[in-house]
Amino acid sequence: MNDIRNSNPGGEDYEPQVSVAGTDAVGLAAGGSAAPLPGEDKSYSQGQLVARRFFRHRGALTAMIVLGIVIVVAFTSIGVGPIPGWWPKDYTLQYDKIGDGAPTWAYPFGQDTGGKDYFALVMRGTQFSIIIAFAVGIISTVVGTVIGALAGFYRGWLEAVLMRMTDVFIVIPLLAVAAVLGRMAGESGIWGLAFVLGLVTWTSLARLVRGEVLSLRERDFVLAAQAVGTSAWRIITRHVLPNAIGVVIVSATLSISTAILLETSLSFLGFGVQAPDTSLGTLINEYQSAFSTRPWLFWWPGLMILTIALCVNFIGDGLRDAFDPRQNRTKD
Amino acid sequence: MLKFILRRIGASALVLLGASLLMFFLTINSGDPLKDLRESNDPNREQLMAERSERLRLDDSPWERYWDWLSGVGGCFTGNCDLGVTINGIDVLGLTQQAASSTLRLITLSTLLAIVVGVALGILTAIRQYSGFDYTVTFGAFLFFSLPVFWAATLLKEFAAIQYNNWIAVGQYAPWTIVLVAALAGFLLQAVLGGSTRRRLATAAGVFAFVAVMLFVFNALDWWRNPMFGIGGVLLVSAAAGVLVTALTAGLRNRRVLYAALTTAVVGVIAYWFTAPLLVDEPTWLLLIGLFVVAVVVSVAIGAAWGGYARKQAMLVTGITGVITSFVVVADILIAHWSDFLGLKSRPISTIGSQTPNFDGEFWERVLDMGTQILLPTILPTLVSVATHSRYTRSSMLETLNQDYVRTARSKGLSEREVIVKHAFRNALIPITTIVAFDFAALIGGAIITEEVFGWTGMGALFQDGLNAVDPAPVMAFFLVTGIAAVLMNLLADIAYAALDPRIRR
Repeated sequence: MNDIRNSNPGGEDYEPQVSVAGTDAVGLAAGGSAAPLPGEDKSYSQGQLVARRFFRHRGALTAMIVLGIVIVVAFTSIGVGPIPGWWPKDYTLQYDKIGDGAPTWAYPFGQDTGGKDYFALVMRGTQFSIIIAFAVGIISTVVGTVIGALAGFYRGWLEAVLMRMTDVFIVIPLLAVAAVLGRMAGESGIWGLAFVLGLVTWTSLARLVRGEVLSLRERDFVLAAQAVGTSAWRIITRHVLPNAIGVVIVSATLSISTAILLETSLSFLGFGVQAPDTSLGTLINEYQSAFSTRPWLFWWPGLMILTIALCVNFIGDGLRDAFDPRQNRTKD
Repeated sequence: MLKFILRRIGASALVLLGASLLMFFLTINSGDPLKDLRESNDPNREQLMAERSERLRLDDSPWERYWDWLSGVGGCFTGNCDLGVTINGIDVLGLTQQAASSTLRLITLSTLLAIVVGVALGILTAIRQYSGFDYTVTFGAFLFFSLPVFWAATLLKEFAAIQYNNWIAVGQYAPWTIVLVAALAGFLLQAVLGGSTRRRLATAAGVFAFVAVMLFVFNALDWWRNPMFGIGGVLLVSAAAGVLVTALTAGLRNRRVLYAALTTAVVGVIAYWFTAPLLVDEPTWLLLIGLFVVAVVVSVAIGAAWGGYARKQAMLVTGITGVITSFVVVADILIAHWSDFLGLKSRPISTIGSQTPNFDGEFWERVLDMGTQILLPTILPTLVSVATHSRYTRSSMLETLNQDYVRTARSKGLSEREVIVKHAFRNALIPITTIVAFDFAALIGGAIITEEVFGWTGMGALFQDGLNAVDPAPVMAFFLVTGIAAVLMNLLADIAYAALDPRIRR
């Protein structure tokens, strides 16, 4: 049944793929650097086209800037590990409370019940949540791509085994299996949690990549590569995957937003990040009863989660539009 | 077709088996079930530990424990289910039945609402691509995707329940609220309906005037505390629903179908008139279901009698109209009981629990109580699913609207309605079915959070308590219910595919 969702009948006629595979994958990073020679018609590589389309998507561009600001502030303000940040207050120290701890100039996010600076606490939670989200995004992308590519390229029994394995993970509700694994990994800190969450969120990407690889492996350039005796490994890494990069990048972005919601939900339920570490979800769990008396303790972490997830989703949408030339947003 | 379904069931059963094995081993290795006893200072600690080890069979090998659980579940096929006991020795089967009924109630309601609203929004946004309406819905969808449910739930408790309960004690809108609501309604409707600037302005002004006048009239009648609908209202709404369904499926030019739909609405209202004494006082669920079945059968019969050349279409339209009319009738009775209900429960919308403790009312008040309890936990999962459904429907519709067969349909002069409903939407339905099936499973998983926040004792609580105590039986019961629900939904989706796309019937 997934074959229907993933395969794209008739789609092959439209996609202006560069048949020399492998050159276009790096184009995204190099986009814009190659200036056109004077006197020639302006022509763009696939990567440059994608970059142009992406930067014309106003929502995605705004989201990228906002997310950048959030990340920079979260990591520079209180510093990372031994490196100190520019924010003068520490999240571990209890300061004298001003009034009931409502936000003031000295404490922009207010103070918690014990007088701790809430800005520093929220920044620390944001750091941990972002680290986990990106680590989960990377791990699940790698696992999903490898499984999807192997299943799609080799077919046969390998595909059957890998896809049934994917089905096994899909049939268990994500939150349930993540909760069980999170409980097991909770003691080993945020990296352990990120690792196990990455191990359960790859399923949708594996299916998408498999679908994409299934159609790519029948293309002429793959046949040509096989005809000259290229090894299977080289075909997958140099010819097939670079052409599936759009699906992978979009899915990786969206898996980051899934991860941040998953991690905060688990931490809220008590199966995720454990003390002394903190995350935005633990903060909400800790202060949810304070809503009527100290609403700022409740608003800030939630708004942070919302902002990060929203930005990531918009970036993902922008990337999807950019990689899919059939959905032209601007009329040009 | 049968072979296809059987093969799917077989594959699903194997997948479920593998998943249960994985889940069981993960659960029993997720912690130490004796931890709280090891840390206690109870004098008979050793004895308690030995007892618990005995009950959870900690001394046996994991494989034996799994086999034991599996054979207990296997007993369900022969009529003697055994899902094991919890860490405190309570029978899990009874717990599961209770929990599953309350969770499935929640999930089913969310799913149904989300499908209707989400698919409708998706179609509208696809038709009005890149309009202000499209951008608004897109932004809203992204917002709800990104919403941490546990956080938003607290906001909902505060703003939807507590503030509403304060407000309903008075039940009057302030004039500026009315102006604001009316302006918002006017703005939204003009964005959806579109057209030239002049037409948009006219739409907005008309809607604004209508909503404002209605709200002032409601205020004057103290409607929010003593709501009334009346048999005239039922007739109006059902007839309008009949016209809408006709317009969407057969087209208003098909008079036979239109008249059939209107007849259904009228017959429904007359039937309501005659059965009202039975319905209003103290009906039973059995009576309601029986009447509903009769209503649907009669409606389809009306369609068959009126239909003529368009018999099949007329039967479909009258059937749907009959269902809608029945719901409108129930809504009317419920609305009529609202003021009595307020008398029994002065703060109607609850934030905790699946039913009010010690609530003592008649049948319809009990139904209203259940409704107000289920309201908040339903809203959030519904909104998240609406976001998913509307995005997928939109992209799927855009995909089909760009196809050659749609262009052909337009160029041969079909009306826009026929192009969208018959050519584009039917083909777009295939991927939508997949998403609905997947989403159902995701919703059950998400119920863990919803139930925790709203204090429901459902499958989520069963799972969470079980996992906290490293107690496999309740966790596996949770898995069993969600897994089977997911497999069943996927099976339904497969059957729906085969109905939608004949190429799949392999």
